[in-house]
Amino acid sequence: MDPFKRLEAIALPLDLPNMDTDQIIPARFLWRPRAAGYGELLFNDLRYTPEGAPSPDFILNQPQFAGAKILVADKNFGCGSSREQAVWALYDYGFRAVIAPSFGDIFYNNCCKQGIVPVVLPEAAVAALRAAIAPGVSLTVDLERQTVTGPGGFTQKFEIAPYQRQQLLDGLDDVALTLAFIETMAAFEADYDRALPWLAARQA
Amino acid sequence: MTTAQPLSLFEKIWRRHTILEREDGAVLLHVGRHLVHDGTAAAFRSLADRGLTLRRPEKTFGTADHYAPTTSRDLASISDPGRRAMIESLAVSAETLGFTAFGLEDHRQGIIHVIGPEQGITQPGLVIVCGDSHTATHGALGALAFGIGSSEVAHVLATQALWQTKTRSMRITVTGALTPGVTAKDLILAIIAKIGAAGGTGHVIEYAGPAIAALSIEARLTLCNMSIEAGARAGMVAPDEKTYAYLKGRPYAPTGDAWEQAVAYWRSLPSDEGAVFDTEVALDGAKIEPMVTWGLSPETALPVSGRIPDPMAEPDEDRRAAMLHALEYMGLTPGTAITNIAVDRVFIGSCTNSRIEDLREAASVVAGSRIKIPAIVVPGSGLVKAQAEAEGLDRIFLTAGMEWRHSGCSMCVGMNGDIAAPRERCASTSNRNFAGRQGRLARTHLVSPAMAAAAALAGHFVDVRVAKDN
Repeated sequence: MDPFKRLEAIALPLDLPNMDTDQIIPARFLWRPRAAGYGELLFNDLRYTPEGAPSPDFILNQPQFAGAKILVADKNFGCGSSREQAVWALYDYGFRAVIAPSFGDIFYNNCCKQGIVPVVLPEAAVAALRAAIAPGVSLTVDLERQTVTGPGGFTQKFEIAPYQRQQLLDGLDDVALTLAFIETMAAFEADYDRALPWLAARQA
Repeated sequence: MTTAQPLSLFEKIWRRHTILEREDGAVLLHVGRHLVHDGTAAAFRSLADRGLTLRRPEKTFGTADHYAPTTSRDLASISDPGRRAMIESLAVSAETLGFTAFGLEDHRQGIIHVIGPEQGITQPGLVIVCGDSHTATHGALGALAFGIGSSEVAHVLATQALWQTKTRSMRITVTGALTPGVTAKDLILAIIAKIGAAGGTGHVIEYAGPAIAALSIEARLTLCNMSIEAGARAGMVAPDEKTYAYLKGRPYAPTGDAWEQAVAYWRSLPSDEGAVFDTEVALDGAKIEPMVTWGLSPETALPVSGRIPDPMAEPDEDRRAAMLHALEYMGLTPGTAITNIAVDRVFIGSCTNSRIEDLREAASVVAGSRIKIPAIVVPGSGLVKAQAEAEGLDRIFLTAGMEWRHSGCSMCVGMNGDIAAPRERCASTSNRNFAGRQGRLARTHLVSPAMAAAAALAGHFVDVRVAKDN
């Protein structure tokens, strides 16, 4: 994944709370390989009519928000299913940061694995931000300083676990990082398998 | 025995599985059991692409469930090659990587969250993960079980470990006793309605109190299953004599001396007196009614005696907008009594409610009657199906006019093609009433198996407690 340090980009407000991952990417598309691309399928059922035409009322279809890379969402964004394809769809569409009052926990972790910065800000601040975003307005997400800045002097600091912040800054895959601890892991496993030996045995 | 510091069930399992803790707070956790399924293909591909292999095959178990056809056990019956490839990927990966998998042809196949406990793969005191959000189910046996994404699955395949930061803890204490006709499904819906769909975000929930202790293991599985619908990473119940009795003799449960050793470990797990939780919630179980959801989030659960709420009475503008959107999607009018809502279709199944006790409950409601609307019953595993057939439940369902299917996730998520038509209203024993979850524009109401069966007979929602009296 690409490293993320600081991004100034057009923001897009999405006012629906509890935006679950079924709506971000419906289940019927999940068998597709990543290489096939998921950007066109992002928010599919909100974005297109059953006949496949763009739904003009849906904000993603409004040309003023073309090129948006920062999504400003409502509470509990990405709740529900663990499908990482929800993050693939956001990423492939072009989003690199999502700001919300709260996230589904699994979705939040998936974002950090795929190079999308999940930003948690207080509910009132996010509501104010959504209201303040006129078409074409840019926000800046600075991961090094852990700040979001925007129009009218909007500035908010945000929290993120240090290891997730570092992973996003470096754009590194953590399997390699973990395998550096292989000896510690092996020693732990030997002890664990002695204490709970029935788990390591082949049965049935 | 003295303990320096009282620990919760969650903390004990967390400590037992901590390989190392970095200065920045990141903890590398060992994974006791890793469960995989036919949606795991991307993670298997990722492992292969990096030239890595499966670190602990004996701690990895899989089954075909999401894409499993429920009208046939023949792989060739899946006409879509992309979907068929998902099931094939599991079988090929199991063969190549050397882990145990229960494919379509295996009589033990079923929904991963049904067969884990059923096979004794799920045990108290283990960290259990799976690339599926309903992994919380396994917490019913006193495990710390949670869902992870595809990248994390690939990481666990390669390392049998996972990076985490310590989650906050919540204890939900349920006093009193559930009244007849009120099930674990109604209880968890009432809990979600109380704390909200994000009420448990960032938390692991321990369910405690006399109403929880009184639940059967299968009821606890239903309860813990929907912890994710309250936003929680995991839900768990302390293991007790019921848990040990449930596990004894199951294929992957320990035997002989190892059984005694395991039980000794399991007995050490329940939260110590004085253990501290970040959040405490209390409910009176005796006050809970059968529940029905009306909207697009499980938090919209109402007692069956309730009426559809009026958005105009909601002072918060954002919430009002969300309610209006949900009412429009669901085709409902404010003020309508729940029992006046006509239902088009019934689904009994899913990792929430497809075990033998669920099927017995549903069968007891429809026995000797005829249904008015289409209904399918999808058992949670091949073994549940066989058990139900041995008890004659299949005959009861078929005689009532219901369809009796093969096991799989089916209409809970519709990946195998089992879906409802646009605007069709479905009384469903599954776990999510999200827009489009059961098919584009399909309308889902979450209920217990008994309530779903009663709706199938009446063609609209009814209070199963009243229906049973008649």
